[in-house]
Amino acid sequence: MLQSKFKSLTPRNDVLSFIVLAIVLMVLLPILFDIFRLNLIGKYLTFAFVAIGLVLSWGLGGILSLGQGVFFGIGGYAMAMFLKLEASTPENTAIQSTPGIPDFMDWNQLTALPWFWEPFHSFTFTVVAIIVVPAIFAYIIGAAMFKRRVGGVYFAIITQAIAAIMTILIIGQQGYTGGVNGITDLRTLLGWDIRTDSAKYVLYFVNAFLLLAVLVVAQYIRKSKLGRLLVAMRDSEDRVRFSGYDVSNFKIFIFCIAGIFSSIGGAMFTLQVGFMSPSLIGIVPSIEMVIFAAVGGNLSIIGAVYGALLVNWAKTILSESYPEIWLFAMGALFIAVVMAFPKGLAGLYETYIQPKVDKQLDKWFKKEKAE
Amino acid sequence: MFADYTWAELGSIFAMQGFSGLILFSVLLLMALGLAIIFGQMGVINMAHGEFMILGAYITYLTSNFFSTFLPELFGIYFFIAIIFAFIGTFLLGAFVEWSLIRHLYKRPLDTLLATWGLSLILQQLYRTIFGTREVGVSLPDWMMGSYSLTDAIEIPINGMIVMGITLFITVGVYLFLQKSRKGKQSRAVVQNRAMAGAVGINTASVDRFTFALGCGIAGIAGATFTMIGSTGPTSGQLYIVDTFLVVVFGGAASLLGTVASAFSIGQAQSILEFFLSGSMAKVLTLLVVIVILMLRPQGLFSLKVRR
Repeated sequence: MLQSKFKSLTPRNDVLSFIVLAIVLMVLLPILFDIFRLNLIGKYLTFAFVAIGLVLSWGLGGILSLGQGVFFGIGGYAMAMFLKLEASTPENTAIQSTPGIPDFMDWNQLTALPWFWEPFHSFTFTVVAIIVVPAIFAYIIGAAMFKRRVGGVYFAIITQAIAAIMTILIIGQQGYTGGVNGITDLRTLLGWDIRTDSAKYVLYFVNAFLLLAVLVVAQYIRKSKLGRLLVAMRDSEDRVRFSGYDVSNFKIFIFCIAGIFSSIGGAMFTLQVGFMSPSLIGIVPSIEMVIFAAVGGNLSIIGAVYGALLVNWAKTILSESYPEIWLFAMGALFIAVVMAFPKGLAGLYETYIQPKVDKQLDKWFKKEKAE
Repeated sequence: MFADYTWAELGSIFAMQGFSGLILFSVLLLMALGLAIIFGQMGVINMAHGEFMILGAYITYLTSNFFSTFLPELFGIYFFIAIIFAFIGTFLLGAFVEWSLIRHLYKRPLDTLLATWGLSLILQQLYRTIFGTREVGVSLPDWMMGSYSLTDAIEIPINGMIVMGITLFITVGVYLFLQKSRKGKQSRAVVQNRAMAGAVGINTASVDRFTFALGCGIAGIAGATFTMIGSTGPTSGQLYIVDTFLVVVFGGAASLLGTVASAFSIGQAQSILEFFLSGSMAKVLTLLVVIVILMLRPQGLFSLKVRR
């Protein structure tokens, strides 16, 4: 019984592509690249968390949020606040007029730590906040919108406005948030220096491991009854409602999950890159996150990871050497994904490569059985 | 926050901020009118709307350069010719975009959003390549500059009044066009019931193209008008897009009157708050209130009672 349930959760192709991805992330990439490039890849992978969340909410549920950067920011800022407080010991900040508070607060003539910074002295609180705060925030937005049956385009526009408000707020309140530069100059995590090469290796593997764990959760959701209900809702909401399901609760739930995933990604971003700023929250980054999911294929959670890797890698290469071409390429990518390959990389794989893989696998399994 | 001012001072503050609120209202309304047609009427999410406005602004910039070099004696009236050029240019681009992109996506609104965002990136980079990264401004003829003093404490800038005048003119024009003209009636018919409109012999595809292009053309006029009060850069369009969409959604997507009312309330609220709070907090507060109201009343201020 249990075994058959496990089997239905894990179709052969999904398991295969999961294993391939795990090998690529855990073995292949670390062997191929030096720590500088690997750290960059780690940064790209933090966006994959967001993209997986978007596949669940947008691809399966039909809820397109253009404000995922907000959740990415919540996780990122929570982690950055903790690290910043740890870096701003009275000894390190002795030259300030008020030692013991983060440097940007001192520059903005603050003389005491604001109340909402206080709890971030505790690591446990920070970790809990990274999970719980985005969930609460997503719940409020989701409950307000979905209970009133607002969805689709309106939801996209309102989440986008929320991303805009968040950026304006953070930039405007320099003394509390670090303003446009964000929170920078982060040093240690519980006394462990995160800027060394060895720490970056460790963080890369932690990040990759978390990503794989998130994938497992996402796969579970996808194959569960909830996942099927989401697809049913996306295609015909009224029929699901008439069958007696409370549609809005499912939508709120999946939106919260997507928010939590993004937040974890944000926290890992701060740890690996060493800063957090409003440039990762606003309208532009939030829409770019959607394109990662779209390029990967908005129905494929594994595709989302490749999408995030590929688009970010192309962005780095192109904007390093041909900055003028980058925006053209990005714009063309948006249009091409919509017009020509609505199923993204995953769609291409399914049409062209998977049949061959299947054939090969069938042969292989038959041989084994015959023996 | 009122305690530090006398009544007379408060009076002129409200009058001055009220007037700058009126200018902001005109700006918001001009931006939103085009989108009210494209998004409100047709349901197409055009994220490149800001870039269409910027195109209008750049056309005005080119026209002003042309007039000051070749026809300096006519420089006083170049602005009105520039507006016409801006309308034609953005109208044509709009028709082309509809033909090449939008018409394939009418049934997939969220995909339209992504595709037009891609279009906006391409246009931005195009502007940057052609006009450079620096912001450009136009020089205004003398009679458009300066300000008019009502009392000692209250001064009214002339270019602000011209912006308001143009807004009034365009709004009334759009309203009359949609309500009275043959094309306008056709486009409303197509929006309300596409199949039926097609059945009575309206060429829905060509009406769609015309309606979309018209919305873009109005965006171009808006952009041309904005050159009077600010400079233009390749990424200026992105700054407007959230405000513009919120104005349309807040007003109630399908209602032109709603768009006017929402632009008015957002403009006034923001500009009066701006005097007492910092600019960014005023904006945050206004947008937050708009979003909260939208969460409580998703259909916006005015909603059409249509059976769907």
